[in-house]
Amino acid sequence: MIRVAVIRFPGSNCEPDAHRAVVREGGEAFYVFHRETDLRDADAVILPGGFSYGDYLRAGAIARFSPIMAAIERHAADGKPVVGICNGFQILCESGLLPGALMRNAGLKYLSRPVDVRIERTDTPFTNAYQKGEIIRIPIGHGDGRFTATEDVIADLEARGQVVLRYVDTGMPDVSANPNGALHDIAAISNREGNVVGMMPHPERLADELLGSDAGTRVFTSLVRWKRPALVANT
Amino acid sequence: MNFRVHVRVLPRRGLLDPQGQAVEHALKALNFEGAGNVHVGKAIEIDVAAADEAAARAAAKAMCDKLLANPVTEDYQIEVEAR
Repeated sequence: MIRVAVIRFPGSNCEPDAHRAVVREGGEAFYVFHRETDLRDADAVILPGGFSYGDYLRAGAIARFSPIMAAIERHAADGKPVVGICNGFQILCESGLLPGALMRNAGLKYLSRPVDVRIERTDTPFTNAYQKGEIIRIPIGHGDGRFTATEDVIADLEARGQVVLRYVDTGMPDVSANPNGALHDIAAISNREGNVVGMMPHPERLADELLGSDAGTRVFTSLVRWKRPALVANT
Repeated sequence: MNFRVHVRVLPRRGLLDPQGQAVEHALKALNFEGAGNVHVGKAIEIDVAAADEAAARAAAKAMCDKLLANPVTEDYQIEVEAR
């Protein structure tokens, strides 16, 4: 059974939902406090949403220096799965595990609402249970979600297929398809290898049919059934 | 020696700065018609003990590069004042 560490920073608030979503899909989940230095043999890591360190200075800027981050960097370098959701995505960008940055939403408002995103990459530990091109509706809740990077970095992400989720316009009334002004409508990216993924939407908040939709469930199905591919030559 | 270091962090020019735009619109609405090119950032003040001003400045630069400014989206300026 896959063992998933859900990291708790001071100010995290989505960790119970992430924990529950993993368990519901048949994985084992446990919390690791940010002051710990060991991931206790976790196979995968979830950096949950919330407001670590009150978003002081910049979202994720202080959490990235938490003691547990060195272990997460080693875990990522070993090719093991790491996902950052919302504030977790911000922490991954601040730490350099993912390129780019998440800036203040273009409309300056904190946004809590559904978005439609297209699955652009399915060979990751977090999206392999979806079909490429499939569109799912899951929630966002953020004030700093505008993905930004230099033109070179964006071109490189596109060329290497590292965009994992993209906001798409399905005609949802009264709201913009791209909620925050993210470049290239980017809602989620991966590192080159695909084992580290950051996403602004919250699949763990819609992972039970009781809520009217379980569109986010398969992020956790993907993780629980993920088998690390045999080592292949780097291309 | 003790120094007071003033750090200013501003959004990098060319990136969308919605806060700056909002303030600019508000200033224009208040009839400050000559006002333009508004950017909103952060001011950070730090006491730094260092051998001399150059060392204090170097320490402040390291702080900016490591923590105080995001290298992707922000630029910074440092002023060092002897105490």
